[in-house]
Amino acid sequence: MSDNKKITLTIDGKTIQAESGQSIMNACDAQGIYIPRLCDSTGLVPQGSCRVCSVKVNGRVVAACTQPAEDGANIEHESDEIQGYRKDLVRMLFHEGNHLCPICEASGRCELQAMAYRFGISQATTYPYLQPVRPVDASHPDIALDNNRCILCGRCIRASRDVDGKNVFEYVGRGIHKRIGVNGDCLADTNADLNDYAMSLEVCPVGCIIRKGEGFFSPVGERQYDSDKIGSNIENHTAHSSLGKLIKVHQIDPNDAIHDDIDQSNVNEDKS
Amino acid sequence: MEHRKLIETSCSHFNNDPRRMLDILWQIQNSLGWISPDTMELIAQLTNTYRVEVEGVVTFYAFFMSKPQGQFVIHLCEDIIDRYAGMLPVQNAFEQILGIKVGETTKDGLFSLHLTSCIGMSDQAPAALINDMVVTNLSPNKTKILIRTLKKTRNLASLVKTFGDGNNSHELIKSMVNNNILLKGDVLLGDININAGLNKAFSLPPEEVIATVQASNFKGRGGAGYSSAKKWLAAAATQADKRFVICNADEGEPGTFKDRVLLTERAELLFEGMTTVAYAIGSQHGILYLRAEYRYLLPYLESLLTKRRNEGLLGTDILVDETENTRFSFDIRIQLGAGAYICGEETSLISSCEGKRGEPKNKPPFPAVSGYLGYPTVVNNVETFCNIPRIVDKGAEWFTSIGTPESSGTKLLSVCGDCTRPGIYEFPMGITLGEVLSLAGAKDPEAIQIGGASGVMVGRADFERQLCFEDLPTAGAIMIFSSQRNILEIADYFMHFFIEESCGYCTPCRVGNVFLKQGLEKIMAGKGETSDLKYLQDLGKTIIQTSRCGLGHSSPKPILSTMKNFPLVYAALLKEHPDGRQAGFNIQHALDESRIIAKRRSIVFDPDLGGD
Repeated sequence: MSDNKKITLTIDGKTIQAESGQSIMNACDAQGIYIPRLCDSTGLVPQGSCRVCSVKVNGRVVAACTQPAEDGANIEHESDEIQGYRKDLVRMLFHEGNHLCPICEASGRCELQAMAYRFGISQATTYPYLQPVRPVDASHPDIALDNNRCILCGRCIRASRDVDGKNVFEYVGRGIHKRIGVNGDCLADTNADLNDYAMSLEVCPVGCIIRKGEGFFSPVGERQYDSDKIGSNIENHTAHSSLGKLIKVHQIDPNDAIHDDIDQSNVNEDKS
Repeated sequence: MEHRKLIETSCSHFNNDPRRMLDILWQIQNSLGWISPDTMELIAQLTNTYRVEVEGVVTFYAFFMSKPQGQFVIHLCEDIIDRYAGMLPVQNAFEQILGIKVGETTKDGLFSLHLTSCIGMSDQAPAALINDMVVTNLSPNKTKILIRTLKKTRNLASLVKTFGDGNNSHELIKSMVNNNILLKGDVLLGDININAGLNKAFSLPPEEVIATVQASNFKGRGGAGYSSAKKWLAAAATQADKRFVICNADEGEPGTFKDRVLLTERAELLFEGMTTVAYAIGSQHGILYLRAEYRYLLPYLESLLTKRRNEGLLGTDILVDETENTRFSFDIRIQLGAGAYICGEETSLISSCEGKRGEPKNKPPFPAVSGYLGYPTVVNNVETFCNIPRIVDKGAEWFTSIGTPESSGTKLLSVCGDCTRPGIYEFPMGITLGEVLSLAGAKDPEAIQIGGASGVMVGRADFERQLCFEDLPTAGAIMIFSSQRNILEIADYFMHFFIEESCGYCTPCRVGNVFLKQGLEKIMAGKGETSDLKYLQDLGKTIIQTSRCGLGHSSPKPILSTMKNFPLVYAALLKEHPDGRQAGFNIQHALDESRIIAKRRSIVFDPDLGGD
């Protein structure tokens, strides 16, 4: 597949170089062109389920994260039509779950919220709210799952399976009743661990996976997306500052000794 | 654990292979009635997977049960045709005599009652499945007799008093289902010479078999009109040590039942077709993916496979050419589905054959390049495979002499709904819709759904159109609705169907269809405004454009096609409010929940407190 042959794409009329075997998204990332995304995350196998990265290639709408870049492809990216679809999809995700930003711990670093701001969605839309009642799983000592905020991106599934080698999560059910299941009766039954990559702040794009005891760690104004809109790190390679603000502050815990088994490199960094 | 031995036996029967997960689950469920969390845990251990993965598979398929069930599990078909044929009184009769509601199990553990999507019996509706047995032409009275009989005999076979026509009375089928073949054409349902096509294919080099089909202008019968020969060429051209031929017998489109009749009456022709294609592309392995609703045909189909193995038409070294030093071996296994319309989509079907959740895969790569287990795979449907040996036997010229210049051959139509002669018709391609309606004895036809839920609804203006790829393409379902039927109710049912059957993988199909249905129901309730039409159109377009597979590309069609072809039905329900108020908003209703939470009434809005 990746024989590193150079190919040429046209994106919104601009010609860019790419390598054969790359996805459209990777090709654009490399050129500083940000295609919005929610289910895709660096380091995980792309799955093309949220569809927010929709682009039009030679007249057909496809997911940029899974669509291979083909030589000579003509890609429509920020046209009114495509942006309209993307906004609709982001709105659908808001209305499918229960997303109450003002009380959510992920507010300010939530990719769904940041995506809405990027698209200028700031108020209720014509879609109905489905207001599901989904159980919260707080059984695990270090991690809680608030499924009401889940957008079914499946990043935790892939992170646990492909990075941690654990399969803590998997999709269960189907259709509008599809949800993320855990490998047991509840999360405490599984071998989930706070140090799993799946439980890191990079993986869950919303406030579904909650790391107990470290909520609201950044003050308003200094949160990840307070000043830089989502995607700006790709659009402006020097704008990595937004990532630098993601400082984990562990609360002082009287039972701090139990954290001894935590990966020392992380802990030291946090406490320094 | 209580059933450890049984679960171990079932798993080891399939070599503890997680790719045979559906077979494992079926075998266990057939004995235990359901798949408990403990069972999932043990299956996971034995197949070296995770419990949550097993749970993911169990909860994906409607026929796998994750709660205890009665000895007799009733799946009553809730399709719109069944509804109009009197399904609701039948449901009431079931609920009354069993003393349970849908989704429940009787206290004595004998019966469970569920609703299910179309089971392929629309010409003999209302119909239901009781375990794997089909019961047809139900009425409230017949329902009560069925249950009384079952309570007394505890034996499903006692329900069938008279067998259906043709092979339905075969000793391995013994079903009350009827074929209702009302028009036999030259290609499939007329007199055929079994194995003539295969024998002729064996006398030709594989490339010439494909060339013959290509010359016949044959297009796949699934509705998309793609050249089957092109798929085969791609699969044959892909370097691999194995290739697969899969027959899609997951006929789930509401109103379609022609594959059921082919499986009953032309199963040998189907296996002959699969073998012919296997020979043409150099495949050794075939899979017939049979929908669970047609489980009652499984013993019969297995017996035919055994027969063909005994005749040397399946198995090792079917054809040995000493001079060229080539050997052709091919065998077929039957993969039973478990109740998922989406598995009719070819990549979902492949996922399902691999023992996984039946979710579609990303294309590219296309199955012809990388399909089942990563091997080049050809997926065609039942009708397509049945055509192939006929084309090879009688020649391309014979085939192109039937039908229209663009669409050669015949098409099987499943006709149902408001007509006197519902059943199976084999017409030459290009027949007009009006001719079909008149032969079927349509009563006062007002709206015709062409191609099932994923097709389009047309009105009288389209009755002169031709059923063929270049005009009105169809995978075979013709549902007739008289002027007495409520068109929006039909569209609303189809939306319900798509919501039930969406796999949920991608956002637009999972969420958007729910919104579409709610938008339609707002109009049906008389609360719609003109702007709601644009809302439905825009939302429908987003779903069609951004969905990942064919289900989402089709699901808005019931609404969009009725809006286009029956605009007056919508217009009659819309209200305009010059004061700018929204008809859909009721302040009293909106306040109800808050009143409960606040435990007090509104000083402003409650009429008896001085509000308006």
